[in-house]
Amino acid sequence: MSVEGKKQVFICAGTGCVSSGADKVVKKLEEEVKRQNLEDKIQLIPTGCRGFCEQGPTLVVEPSKKFYRQVQPEDIPEIVEKELGKGESIEKFFYVDPNTDQIVNSYEDICFFSKQTRISLHNCGFIDPTKIEDYLERGGYEGLKKALSMDPEKIIEEVKSSGLRGRGGAGFSTGLKWSLCKATPSDKKYVICNADEGDPGAFMDRGLLEGDPHSIIEGMLIGAYAIGADEGYVYVRAEYPLAIENLQIAIKQAEEKNLLGKNILGSDFSFKLHISAGAGAFVCGEETALMASIEGERGMPRVRPPFPAQKGLWGKPTNINNVETWSNIPHILRNGAEWYAQYGTEKSKGTKIFALTGKVNNTGLVEVPMGMTLREIIFEIGGGIQGGNKFKDVQIGGPSGGCLPEEMLDLAVDYETLTEAGAMVGSGGLVIMDETTCMVDIAKFFVNFSQAESCGKCTPCREGNKRMWEMLERITKGEGELEDLDKLEQLALTIKETSLCGLGQNAPNPVLATLKYFRDEFVEHIEDKKCRAGACQDLLTYRIDPDKCKRCSICARNCPVNCITGDKNTPYVIDEEACIKCGACMERCKFDAVLLV
Amino acid sequence: MCEECRELVDPKEVKLEEVFAKYKNSKGALIPILQEAQEIYGYLPEHVLKLISQATRLPVAKIYGVATFYAQFRLTPIGRNVISMCLGTACHVRGGAKVLEAIEKEAQVKDGQTSEDGRFTLEIVNCIGACGLAPVISINSNVHGKLVAEQIPEILAQYE
Repeated sequence: MSVEGKKQVFICAGTGCVSSGADKVVKKLEEEVKRQNLEDKIQLIPTGCRGFCEQGPTLVVEPSKKFYRQVQPEDIPEIVEKELGKGESIEKFFYVDPNTDQIVNSYEDICFFSKQTRISLHNCGFIDPTKIEDYLERGGYEGLKKALSMDPEKIIEEVKSSGLRGRGGAGFSTGLKWSLCKATPSDKKYVICNADEGDPGAFMDRGLLEGDPHSIIEGMLIGAYAIGADEGYVYVRAEYPLAIENLQIAIKQAEEKNLLGKNILGSDFSFKLHISAGAGAFVCGEETALMASIEGERGMPRVRPPFPAQKGLWGKPTNINNVETWSNIPHILRNGAEWYAQYGTEKSKGTKIFALTGKVNNTGLVEVPMGMTLREIIFEIGGGIQGGNKFKDVQIGGPSGGCLPEEMLDLAVDYETLTEAGAMVGSGGLVIMDETTCMVDIAKFFVNFSQAESCGKCTPCREGNKRMWEMLERITKGEGELEDLDKLEQLALTIKETSLCGLGQNAPNPVLATLKYFRDEFVEHIEDKKCRAGACQDLLTYRIDPDKCKRCSICARNCPVNCITGDKNTPYVIDEEACIKCGACMERCKFDAVLLV
Repeated sequence: MCEECRELVDPKEVKLEEVFAKYKNSKGALIPILQEAQEIYGYLPEHVLKLISQATRLPVAKIYGVATFYAQFRLTPIGRNVISMCLGTACHVRGGAKVLEAIEKEAQVKDGQTSEDGRFTLEIVNCIGACGLAPVISINSNVHGKLVAEQIPEILAQYE
């Protein structure tokens, strides 16, 4: 990977940056480097996701660590000439700290990166994920080599004492899970990587699979060896084509190097790894549904026990872990349990990747030690709220999680603390919301998601979520009654207690959390028929401020139901009865004269 | 096979037979077979489900059950371009609804439908994992991010 005396340019080519134009940037870079005769001095390395999606496409120049952001193909000639040719910095491409307005040129000095501790993401953005040599050069497969020289029981002990817990959401001890599967006698066992990342707002598994697929393979190999499995599956959602492609390449390379297949590295251990592409069902993230899906069935969960560790895929003992969990394993083996356990809190060890999205300045993937406060993540790493707006709440853990208001921002992020507060670590999606977000609308949004994704097997989830959605729909239309709130709460608790799987058991969480922290907004919708965020269309009235109206008539001309009247001499007026609240007038008005009240 | 008969063979069916051969002895191959069949035909026509049934020895009812369970499978033909509008949390919060409106207006389609000229199929999806660039759409797997409604006509114009 590194070549003496050459300048290296790392170009983020993850899904996020590619959609911002990174593939064109790569092509242009190749052309320009050639045209300016710099081929001997420059090495171009397209990488997986470096995490800073908001600023994409991004370039990192090593060894100077300069970070160029929002680079477009037309900027390339200048960058190649000045930065790569003469070593001159071009300030306009550097990151500007939104809080201090300071220009920062090295990525090591950007808060977004400097506050992170990257273990799982160690290689993401620093290697070409399609080259096994890059992975090997950064210590790849050392963990496997060490594991193969160890007694399987010792490996499980090591993972147990590292304190690693399932990163898919539930937070079950990984070492314990492995030991349960190991303890079940069987002629055949499986390990599975759950990459059915369905939580809207979470994309760490995609980032890892695209940016560092070998770390997942290595983690699974170590797990399989410890448990006694000889076959495995990575269940990836079909929506992640680049992740599947990079994983396919990685598997092929590992097979060629005898890191997968028969008698791996000369040992007695053999392991075959398959990719199983999901077909679009959120519920398949639940482990028993996921296995049904690999078996070619409808992805519906079943009652546990028996747990997969006893009876899993095709009736055989199976161990399922999430992508991020697997990616931690090689590091634990390589550096030891003690090293891993130095990060995090007493009960939640290590680091966790969060997907920072929504109304925050620095969106992207960040990895931090467990126990960091939400405030640090959102305001220091995330750089605060977009457009200088006021923070309202953060939704943690997707449709199974909850939202937390400003006063909870100093909570330390770990499994127990967040669950106690009514949210959950979940898969690690952090969606930041500001005052323009309506909490009733958000509760409705999540319930709508869960009711649509319910597999329909058990009644509480299938019917209950639908009824909750109907109640919330009535409230957002101004047709709700105060009793609805108690009914909602009661129904939510019933669904939680009686549903078959995690989807149903957690689906009411967003409703319960919003009712707990934002009850006044619900009451406002019901009693005052008002939505303070201006998100619930039916509760809004459009009015024209006569003092601001310049009588240009653009609103009247764009009104689809012709309910705005006025002329050159009189300010325009909206007929509230006839108005369908489409907002076209407000969008078109150049003088901000149309108001929502 | 004589020249005349060769012309009667449906090339798509030949490809489908290859898929059957590939998965002949694999366990749980129904979903990959459906995925590859859809790749060949663009959707899953009834006669294809029957062919799959014959090849896999599974009842058509079961195959239909699996095909209708997963969002990826389509039982009706699709347009030349498939627009996936993401309305996951981040896209919802960052104004995805406005982008959707613009698409519906510009392409003259609603969720799950195909435009009359067969140019666009629109589907609303929950998350395509590009949340950092919300709101996003993906057209034929090309992701377009940080959208505002005004950009839609220009973007759609790139897809004939």
